Amino acid sequence: MDNLIDIKGVTHAYKTKAGPFPVLRDLNISIPQHSFCAVVGPSGCGKSTLTRLIAGLMFPDQGEVWLHGELVKSPRKTVGMAFQNPVLLEWRTILQNVILPLEIVAPMMPKAQKEARARELLAMVGLEGFENKRPSELSGGMRQRASLCRALVHKPDIIILDEPFGALDAFTREDLWQTMHQLRAKEPFTALLITHDLRESVYLGDQVVVLSGRPATTQYVMRVDIPGPRPLEMLYEPDTVERLAVLRREIQIAQGRAVA
Amino acid sequence: MIDWKKILVPVAAVVILLLLWELLVWAMGWPDYKMASPSDLWPAFLRYQHLFWQYGWQTLWRTVVGLGVAVVFGTLLGMVMGLSKTMNDALYPLLVGFNAIPKATVVPVIALMFVGQHDFNTILMAFMISFFPIAVSVAIGLSTLEPEYRDILRSLGASRMTVFWKIALPKTLPEFFGALKVAVTLAFIGTNLVEIITPHGRGLGHLFQSAQTNSDFPLMFAVLIALAALGIMLYYAIVALERIFAGWAVRPGH
Repeated sequence: MDNLIDIKGVTHAYKTKAGPFPVLRDLNISIPQHSFCAVVGPSGCGKSTLTRLIAGLMFPDQGEVWLHGELVKSPRKTVGMAFQNPVLLEWRTILQNVILPLEIVAPMMPKAQKEARARELLAMVGLEGFENKRPSELSGGMRQRASLCRALVHKPDIIILDEPFGALDAFTREDLWQTMHQLRAKEPFTALLITHDLRESVYLGDQVVVLSGRPATTQYVMRVDIPGPRPLEMLYEPDTVERLAVLRREIQIAQGRAVA
Repeated sequence: MIDWKKILVPVAAVVILLLLWELLVWAMGWPDYKMASPSDLWPAFLRYQHLFWQYGWQTLWRTVVGLGVAVVFGTLLGMVMGLSKTMNDALYPLLVGFNAIPKATVVPVIALMFVGQHDFNTILMAFMISFFPIAVSVAIGLSTLEPEYRDILRSLGASRMTVFWKIALPKTLPEFFGALKVAVTLAFIGTNLVEIITPHGRGLGHLFQSAQTNSDFPLMFAVLIALAALGIMLYYAIVALERIFAGWAVRPGH
């Protein structure tokens, strides 16, 4: 099997007092190994549900989620997660925060080895010298960098990014986009990124999946065959502008504001 | 390094308060059975100094033991309520009802139930009056944990217990210490309630009671001040513990 992740015909509904509340309907997404998939869609269309399904924290009513040729039936140690809120632990230093997943996944690994791995990642994202600071002493962008390191520290098969750059200011966000490309160049990983920012999806994604309004289904898939690390100037090239126009139109269709 | 300003400011506040008190009593010309003045308190304390130490110690250790039991029980109860919605719904009204009962009315009940068990009765009351804020704060701390915190560990296959020890418990510590500061003064009230109401000749409450019987007003006031001093001591002991275990919650510059 070529794909690291295969989401096949996933349908899911939440049970509420008013009856089932469908969020996903016949959703299909495939992500090859070491490729970056960006998922965009109208707000409230079930994107976060998708992340929980891949992480094995929830199971679909119908359909299957395959990870590395295995059906996802429970949480597994090969997933890393980062959210809009960096959720760092205030009582730990940045270094100890990054180490956290290793304490669960590799409890027997010597402490020095864990720390060396965390330091290596922190250096890659430009947080060298901040290892012993508390999260509260860092800026929002730096905290998000630390949160990315924590998602990557145990070399997961896939990292799930649920709008990790959503709460950052525009300049910090562009900085972090570039950091993502640098990280991938040094240490290839497979990623699924949930986002509301079309420029972000085109700049980071090897494919951009547009979800329809709720219940979400795969409405449109765009390939972005530009090798990384991509320069920021890419955002202003005519090619990108054209891609963005296509995506914007797809989003309007998904929102029900335009007809296909 | 000792920050002298941090010590001098509160000490100065106490001195100023005592001076104003002295001045007020002098200006109003109150006799000491109406309102004792600070200058009456010191002689009263010196006269019964050995009793202050002996009774003060009794009050102190029983309060601390009662508070210790309240911490263990309150934390366990808070864990049960914070981790299970059903238990929370079941226990909350009971807990609020129990807390609303004036504890002074419970003193005769436990005095009859455990006749002669003075130490036990006192500790029981200190415990009963002080576990409520601890249970509530732990329950709220656990139930308001953002789901993302859980998800980063759960997605790695961590057990509920691991999530609890690594994240939920330490994250609740600031709330826990906040509640403990309330609980410590409550436990103190509980101890004194029993010492004053049931006459068994122990603790500062008893000293207050005998001073009242003998119309020794300066002594009564001296006991109250001693109680306040003990309360302050215990409170700052909790603050010291908080610095050690939840110092991370204090932002620099505050």
